[in-house]
Amino acid sequence: MWLYALRRLLMTIPILIGVTIICFILIKIAPGDPIKALLPPGATEADAARLRAMYGLDQPLPLQYLIWLGHVLTGNLGMAISTNRPVLSEVTRAFGNTIAIAFIAVCLSFVLSLVMGVIAAYRMGGLVDRIVTALAVFGISVPTFWLAVVFVIIFAVNLRMLPATGMGDSDSGSFNYFRWDDFKFALLPILALTLTPLGIMMRTTRSAVAEILNQDFIQTIRAKGMSEFQVTVHAVRNAMPQIVAMLGLQLGYLVGGSVLVETVFSWPGTGYLLNMAIMARDLPLLQGTILVLALAFVMLNLVVDLLQSLIDPRIKRS
Amino acid sequence: MSDIPANLAIDAPPAQTRPAKSRGYWGGVWQRLRYDHVTLFCLALILLIVLSAIFAPWIAPFDPNKSSIIHRLKPIGVAPYWLGTDEQGRDMLSRILWGGRTSLAMGIVPVAIATLIGGAFGIVAGYYGGWVNMVIMRTMDVFFAFPSVLLAVAISGSLGGGTTNQLITLAIVLIPPLCRVAETATSQVRSMDFVDAARATGAPTPVILFKHVLINVVSPVLVYASTLVSAAILLASGLSFLGLGVSPPTPDWGLMLSTLRQSIYVQPLVCALPGVAILITSIAFNLVSDGLRQAMDVKA
Repeated sequence: MWLYALRRLLMTIPILIGVTIICFILIKIAPGDPIKALLPPGATEADAARLRAMYGLDQPLPLQYLIWLGHVLTGNLGMAISTNRPVLSEVTRAFGNTIAIAFIAVCLSFVLSLVMGVIAAYRMGGLVDRIVTALAVFGISVPTFWLAVVFVIIFAVNLRMLPATGMGDSDSGSFNYFRWDDFKFALLPILALTLTPLGIMMRTTRSAVAEILNQDFIQTIRAKGMSEFQVTVHAVRNAMPQIVAMLGLQLGYLVGGSVLVETVFSWPGTGYLLNMAIMARDLPLLQGTILVLALAFVMLNLVVDLLQSLIDPRIKRS
Repeated sequence: MSDIPANLAIDAPPAQTRPAKSRGYWGGVWQRLRYDHVTLFCLALILLIVLSAIFAPWIAPFDPNKSSIIHRLKPIGVAPYWLGTDEQGRDMLSRILWGGRTSLAMGIVPVAIATLIGGAFGIVAGYYGGWVNMVIMRTMDVFFAFPSVLLAVAISGSLGGGTTNQLITLAIVLIPPLCRVAETATSQVRSMDFVDAARATGAPTPVILFKHVLINVVSPVLVYASTLVSAAILLASGLSFLGLGVSPPTPDWGLMLSTLRQSIYVQPLVCALPGVAILITSIAFNLVSDGLRQAMDVKA
């Protein structure tokens, strides 16, 4: 177990380095000369060169990367141009809001997909199975930002049941997910985020459980007189590694991909931050947010892999 | 040697076990497709969408960019604006027809580019193995460390908006998955006897690559590429929604959703329309690629 964990951990290091390289390059591929933007009109070439040297932009690229990496490792992601605050504090404040709604959405889709997926696996071709199949196709085909707009139209414009945008009177610090007056602001973003993972998870659960139900040992335990409920528990437990793997992946996709949904709801998470950075062409903020999100995604995959090897001891042998 | 069935390597039964009346590989695919009504219906739907996008200049009832202050935000179903008008009084039907052009192009062109580039890298990596494989595939692994939407927003956000940048972004996002599929298929084919036989007869590497490897790798890669079209359409419309796609007066489904958002309190149904167009197109592409995968007997 420990050997596997260590090996998996070591495999992550080159990926982490690669991710930082891509994030570093992001700034470099941006059109326009950042120095020219800083200088007043009429500045001479010598001024530009002096400024370039001051920011270390006259160094060769690999050296620039190492210097930047040094800053990143000490938690210095630069200043956000649009808000004039450190990027790191902006991102950490927003990160919690994104994680929270993504986590609730994934939990919701996990529970629902477990129920629906198991029923569908038992009754292939039945009504639930058809709903599961249809939802799976719908889930991967629907533009989530459109779904978000439709939810706003239905629940905020027509029914006037839920607020359309924002966090209400609370800010990130005082927002309480267990109080309805706060939670109602998070409900629509959560619902809009849930559908895609729900469709995918349902399909995964259905096929994983159906595969287990076809195995010989299920027949054996049935023959031994186990109740059908216990049989189901056995099947679900055996399908769990596959389901957990998908669960982790979906959480990662939601955290990284919630930019569209957060934009629609003005939900103050990392996605909204990204949108702000794009609108204001605030490259340090864009780079910092993407770096943090990508690192989180890598770490999440690591945790999921380790978790999987805990549930299913067969994995670490391969 | 050249008439090896295209599917020999990829989980299909060998040619001898097929019934004597076999019409060859593509005949079998067509036989299976013929009875798959869902796929056929969606194929027809895609054809209709593609045709109406191509012929938009002739069939659109109005100029998609002609605005009119007095005809702003008309409801659906009233002549002459059958699908209503947007916040600048432009005809929605015309704009949706025209918008299909950019949206479809953004679904198909990047996938085609990524298939060529990613497929080439994947075949090279799979065929040569060793350090070539390691360099290519480990590089791709780094891109897999980003969720696709995040990667698209990252690249597009840095490059800035515009059609060309959107195209480059989507192609970069789609290359790694295609490369991985091509690599897997190639390394399976590489160890097959007929490749060894070709090598033993002294066939030069380019001949082996094109005549024996490529022909067997093409169908799983193309089927996989077809599943990416809908993903590309969704990603592209998402980028346009964020203002990272075509520039404003040009009609585009994602951009239309974004600009119409301010009017959801006035004409909610009209504002939801471009999304319906995206949804139908992407469902159709998804179902067709599912059907193709089944008919061609390729495992995803």
